[in-house]
Amino acid sequence: MTEEILRMRGITKRFPGVLALSGVDLGVKRATIHALVGENGAGKSTLMKILSGVYAYGDFEGEIEFDGEPAQFKNIRDSEAAGVVIIHQELALVGELSIAENIFLGNEQKNRGVISWDRTNTEAARLMRQVGLHDNPATLVEKIGVGKQQLVEIAKALSKNVKLLILDEPTAALNDTDSENLLELLRTLRDEGVTSIIISHKLGEVLAVADRITVLRDGQSIETLDTEADAVTEDRLIKSMVGRDLEHLFPPHEPKIGEVFFEVKDWTVHHPEQRDRVIVNGASLNVARGEIVGLAGLMGAGRTEFAMSLFGRSWGSNISGTALMDGKPLRLRNVPEAIDAGLAYATEDRKHYGLHLEYDLRENFTLPGLGKLSKRGVVDQDGINTVSERLRKEFGVKAPSVYQLAGNLSGGNQQKIVLGKWVFTEPELLILDEPTRGIDVGAKYEIYELIQKLVDQGKGVLMISSELPELLGMCDRIYAMSAGHITGQVDRENATQEELMRLMTLETASGGEELRQ
Amino acid sequence: MSTVQTTPRPSLISALKNINLRSYGMIIALVLIMLLFQVLNVTLQNENFITPLNLTNVILQNSYILILAVGMMLVIVNGHIDLSVGSVLAFCGAMSAIALSHWDWPWYTAVLFAIALGALIGVWQAFWIAYVRIPAFIVTLAGMLIFRGLTLKVLDAETIGTTGTFNELASGYAFLGVDLRLPTLVVGVLGAALYVFFQVRSRRRQVKAGIAGRSQLAWLAQVVAVAAVIVAAAYVFYSYKGLPIIGWILLGLVLLYTFIANRTVFGRHVYAGGGNEKAALLSGVKTKKTTFWVFVNMGALSGLAGVIVTARLHAATPGAGNAFELDAIAASFIGGASVTGGVGTIIGAVIGGLVMGVLRQGMQVLGIATDTVQIILGLVVLAAVLFDVWNKKRATGGGGLMPPIVGTTPGGSGDAKSKGKQTEESSEETKAGAK
Repeated sequence: MTEEILRMRGITKRFPGVLALSGVDLGVKRATIHALVGENGAGKSTLMKILSGVYAYGDFEGEIEFDGEPAQFKNIRDSEAAGVVIIHQELALVGELSIAENIFLGNEQKNRGVISWDRTNTEAARLMRQVGLHDNPATLVEKIGVGKQQLVEIAKALSKNVKLLILDEPTAALNDTDSENLLELLRTLRDEGVTSIIISHKLGEVLAVADRITVLRDGQSIETLDTEADAVTEDRLIKSMVGRDLEHLFPPHEPKIGEVFFEVKDWTVHHPEQRDRVIVNGASLNVARGEIVGLAGLMGAGRTEFAMSLFGRSWGSNISGTALMDGKPLRLRNVPEAIDAGLAYATEDRKHYGLHLEYDLRENFTLPGLGKLSKRGVVDQDGINTVSERLRKEFGVKAPSVYQLAGNLSGGNQQKIVLGKWVFTEPELLILDEPTRGIDVGAKYEIYELIQKLVDQGKGVLMISSELPELLGMCDRIYAMSAGHITGQVDRENATQEELMRLMTLETASGGEELRQ
Repeated sequence: MSTVQTTPRPSLISALKNINLRSYGMIIALVLIMLLFQVLNVTLQNENFITPLNLTNVILQNSYILILAVGMMLVIVNGHIDLSVGSVLAFCGAMSAIALSHWDWPWYTAVLFAIALGALIGVWQAFWIAYVRIPAFIVTLAGMLIFRGLTLKVLDAETIGTTGTFNELASGYAFLGVDLRLPTLVVGVLGAALYVFFQVRSRRRQVKAGIAGRSQLAWLAQVVAVAAVIVAAAYVFYSYKGLPIIGWILLGLVLLYTFIANRTVFGRHVYAGGGNEKAALLSGVKTKKTTFWVFVNMGALSGLAGVIVTARLHAATPGAGNAFELDAIAASFIGGASVTGGVGTIIGAVIGGLVMGVLRQGMQVLGIATDTVQIILGLVVLAAVLFDVWNKKRATGGGGLMPPIVGTTPGGSGDAKSKGKQTEESSEETKAGAK
């Protein structure tokens, strides 16, 4: 028994023309929780894909030693046989099947080829107890919450006699209670001898649960810290991850704020299927010309639902409330009306809702504004070409030509296309939903500059973001949302992470009270 | 990644490499298949295959499939399928024969009646598909049964003969007394000239805007090749009896629908809705309305195809158009439609239909039994879709059966550093999207 269960040495991985990992070293001690942190694009997922055999041995340079032996995993099956199990953020569960069936999916409990439901269910119940899941094994996975689904995944891993459990952003979709339960489970498993590697962006959580932390930056392993021996703080980690001062994350900006031109009053939205469920409850806010207004809130607070319901009723049912522009009520019954009214909504989910990945820049840039480029329904092809080329340059999209497919670009460049396509519709109010999600620091800076340029032209921006530092760095005023209510607003001078967090976590009833006072 | 930006060396090989396989692969395949049959025919039977008569026959025998394929391509691009076209065709054909023979309507009213009836059936099906959101597969499967049943009912299991100008539509060479032989050659040459003119104009504008996509040589090769094919085709038809009436109808449809697909807002919305419905919806595309009209259009074209089938057989029969929907679907996929929607061209559908027609005709001339012909056609459809899958992988750089990983594409971005970050990012984003 060596002290280290895993040792990766000099791991280098190239994609065509790109060095994704460069000589990364990673050592993980037996029966510990090891955190892997770094910015998006630092190479965390790539490293874990190599470890779990998604990238076959031979596709990369370097050596892996697992459990005292050299490991040469050719696929996921190999790595699972050795006891390495990876749980992706996107859970690999089948909603229509029961918990028990999911636990033994691909590893069915059978006697001579016939599935033994008895053993499936009793074994599942045992594993479920081990992870603290007290549901009926026959319950369908789609009926339980994300937190419990996460536990099903871990039970599934335990059924495979896992020695090293890899969790990719396990708490990203969980609420605080579920997150705490999950972390507690990891501690229990550690005491039982299971080693975990956890990838997380939540540094507080990392510091709370990890025994050791490895920082990756730009495809290189920067350092490995011991949370007990070294005095590790969040600031210390951030500095190591970013490699530059926080001061320079946001471009300097002198706001030129005009009059309030956009107002929403008493906006209420119900769930599209469960029509009696209120998702947004009497929300009111306003935006002035030249102003960047933030909308903060935890997952499930109703921010995206608010924005999408406003944008031509793209989400929800039973929508009520008024939206005013320059004092005049707006008709927003569908997306074309919302666009005509001067609204634009850049989605948080570029790939699924924002872009046509199989189409080139021209098609993507001009889709919402196609009406401006056509006469009596006939499209002006030359106009499309000229406009696209102009937008490509204006927004600094790094693509060799406008014929490039959107799907071939990086996240940052895709986001610039999304911005470009909405700016071309000449909106008065741009709603940006997580405009920098999954984008590296350099591209973020460029996106911030573009946003500032827009408000300097007298437009208004409503910016939804889960990253509080981003809201604090960019916004002139920030609203906080909690469970469908707008629980308060703070201006730039008085905004702190603590104050926002307090508003974001206010109980709904009192939250409504506070706003009315 | 500065290599991305370098202009290709002006050699013929690099020019050929620049040709988009998806767009031109099928034209090349069609030409190769024709040459193959030519060689086989000469060696085995000492006869030419590429003769004006054979080519005219390919058009005549496949005209209705080509008409259906034009509509089907839009349906498939929009992300749907239509299984009812064979039955709708039979019903509209039967009604046009009844109007012509029993009600003594003039031929043109009977034709318009069939097209309008088809459009009305399209409205019925489109309503369920677009607004009630019942999958097109189900709605049109039901339509397939309903309209076959109605056909049997109105025909009472009998055959209704048709006569006169009506029949000329499917096989005539003179329209209202005007011989179409010389016009074939004139229009062919003029058409080629117009094609060259428009290509040169658009190339000039692209160069001026600084966004000329391909190298000069690749562009020139394409223009010359296409112009040559147009003139050659015109000459071949001219040297028999000229382009038949149905050929003119087809030509008109191809031009009209290519224009609609590429140059109208409606056309672009058909593509946008099929390529990514959610993104299209959020970009202000009225996806339901678009889908509605795509199916109305399919119905109208089925009505027209019904007229042509009836006119060609000189009679409306209860079994007309049986399994034609499958031929139209196959033509679209052979012609480059993507299985997931969003991709495909009108000309591609027509070429796909011609590939099937030439294969049928060629094997028939060689005396190959129809059962074998079926097997071969089936394999061709499979091969075409495989080609699509392979081509997509080639374009996006994915591997295996997993969805392509966006970040690994060579030549994707001009910035190597930001690209390196993509891989992780893209996987993180897909996850975020799934929650």
